[in-house]
Amino acid sequence: MGDIIDKDQTSSSAQLADQSADSAAVEVATAAAVPRPTIGQLLSTELSFVPVLLTLVVIMIFFAVSTNGVFLEARNLSNLVQQIAVIGVVGLGVILVLLLGEIDLSVASVSTFCAVVMGILTERLGAPGGFAIIAALLTGALVGFINGIFIAVLRVPSFIVTLAASIGYAGLLLYLLGFQSTLIVRDPLIVSIAGSATSFLPDYLGIGLPTLALLLYVGWLIIHRLRRRRAGLRTVPILQLVGQIAIAVVLVEGAVTLFESYNGVPNSTAILFGLIVLLWLVATRTSFGRHIYAVGGNAEAARRAGINVVGIRLVAFTLCSMIAALGGVLAASRGLAVESQINPTLLLQAIAAAVIGGVSLFGGRGTVWAIVLGALIIGSLENGLDLKSQGTDVKQMVEGVVLLAAVTIDALVRRFQARSGR
Amino acid sequence: MVGHLATRLAYYRLANGRWYTFKSIYLSLRNRYQLTTELEGHMADSITPSVGETTASGQPPGAEPRLRMRGISKSFGAVRALSNVDFEVYAGEVVGLVGDNGAGKSTLIKTIAGVGPADEGEIFLEGQPVNIASPQVATRLGIETVYQDLALCDNLDVVANLFLGREKHTPLVPALLSETEMERSTLAVLKTLDVKIPSVRTPVASLSGGQRQSTAVARTILRNPKVVLLDEPTAALGVAQTRQVLNLIRRLREQGLAVVVISHNLADVFEVVDRVIVLRLGRRVGTFDIKTTTPERVVAAITGAEFGEITAANGNGTPGGK
Repeated sequence: MGDIIDKDQTSSSAQLADQSADSAAVEVATAAAVPRPTIGQLLSTELSFVPVLLTLVVIMIFFAVSTNGVFLEARNLSNLVQQIAVIGVVGLGVILVLLLGEIDLSVASVSTFCAVVMGILTERLGAPGGFAIIAALLTGALVGFINGIFIAVLRVPSFIVTLAASIGYAGLLLYLLGFQSTLIVRDPLIVSIAGSATSFLPDYLGIGLPTLALLLYVGWLIIHRLRRRRAGLRTVPILQLVGQIAIAVVLVEGAVTLFESYNGVPNSTAILFGLIVLLWLVATRTSFGRHIYAVGGNAEAARRAGINVVGIRLVAFTLCSMIAALGGVLAASRGLAVESQINPTLLLQAIAAAVIGGVSLFGGRGTVWAIVLGALIIGSLENGLDLKSQGTDVKQMVEGVVLLAAVTIDALVRRFQARSGR
Repeated sequence: MVGHLATRLAYYRLANGRWYTFKSIYLSLRNRYQLTTELEGHMADSITPSVGETTASGQPPGAEPRLRMRGISKSFGAVRALSNVDFEVYAGEVVGLVGDNGAGKSTLIKTIAGVGPADEGEIFLEGQPVNIASPQVATRLGIETVYQDLALCDNLDVVANLFLGREKHTPLVPALLSETEMERSTLAVLKTLDVKIPSVRTPVASLSGGQRQSTAVARTILRNPKVVLLDEPTAALGVAQTRQVLNLIRRLREQGLAVVVISHNLADVFEVVDRVIVLRLGRRVGTFDIKTTTPERVVAAITGAEFGEITAANGNGTPGGK
């Protein structure tokens, strides 16, 4: 029986290929007749980052003017990107979970907990730094897996599970540290990541890696376009392609030049962007990423399409906590210590960065690149208000307002889409 | 005047909460009060008991149905949802499955789709006996169901929805998706179905109801099915979109598929199907060749009006209470 069906399918897919050749020609012919999307439609899809970008520009101009240009100096911008590295990394993990329509409130606690595990291994037990870092990451993965079991298998709301985890691991790390409130980290490998004057990529890597990535990206764009052309599919106008490449070149090389004019590209920034590119590829170019979006958009539809919804959730929560652990390692390296005190704003800032960048709290919408804009906005506010010698009071009030605005826009966009949907 | 009203297909809701056409109410009143009017003659030839018509009409004699079900019975506790129902659909044919609420349409469809296997009865696919124990088995056998809720991911584009769960990958790096290949196949499928969608790269959320329905159907076509079941495909659609979907169903027939359409909308059913199978209270009470019948007769079979059963089912009040 199975044989018959298989034969059937191959023969009909051959038919399909024949038909598609015709359809390709038709598609090219009708391409011009397709109505262009309106500005409103674009703003809710491809250009949804524009308002966020404008907000960032306004914030940056405001601080540049009010600090007499100090804000935009290479030294300060280098500081800024190092300050946001931890928020960015932890936020990336949060994005994976937000895309599912779930939330992880335990990331700050888990990242500190994993850093403590690392610190105790190196400083108290004398383990090598590399081993300790891997142990911290695996601890994070285990923690996330346990969260995932409760959320995906037992269907306990993620809000509650991760809140409980947050409290629980905060207690566990206190227990592990014992009497100590601050454990100084001296391991040379860990310190060298983000906590020393040499925590910058050497020039050949600092310039070479981003340029290589850029070349790969441009090459891929061109090959992709050629392949689509050959398959007879609609391609973007050549002018738009050139514009896209030009923007990418200016952004990447501009940032590299800026960093090189000071100390170079910070390691933490390289880690952050490496992780972004990796997760971006996973999210947009693999089945796993596609399935994350599907589960976040309509879990029942995903299930009926044969997607292992439980597995996807389990993996996403595991990855989220593992990435949080990486954030904890970075934070420990930069602070040269692990502390019993969990950074009180990290959780909110990581989620805020994701949401401000345009990742929907309702699941299924947003890209991992959102974290760049979101973290830059949060970081700029923090950094700029610091430069203006404002206290925590003002900073927290401003960040609260910005987060509220971002979530409100998210809810409004969602409502607008639902209304214009059918 | 009365004749005009009597042939209307509007439904009226009676005190017992069920929906009837004007005609069925009229008939039940006539049965109860022995009314005779000059319409009597007209009625007599338009409404004859349809039980005798249960043989498949209009089919090439001797052809093997694509899907045949024999003696299907299913009970939920004490409720007998289906009793000894036969069902068949031929290749290149659209069968309308109609019946009142609770007539057993959904139950029958679920036995085909593998969601709720029957208690008794046999199913033959292209003459071979099959046991459809689960939706996965149904899919493997080439039976695809498009449910009323469509099960699309609104946030994904048309291409992603069509290939959801069965993405194509690049031959060089098997981990990566082959968007080009998937988009090409999508366009090909949409073309064979004559479906027009502005861009297959827009999220499904921004499509019209008809386009969404078309997307859901196109997804099943990608799997090269033998039988396609459509549950209320035109419900909640506007006039133009309904037309679009009806065209789509014709396309499916042209592709040589066996199509089963469940619908409450007799106007749509009459426009697109070849045969109508009527279920009533878990039994198959009639089969009509669309060329030789009228909506009135189908409605009569749906409501059981010609047997005067409304009066029996509605014993506590006057059926003409409106």
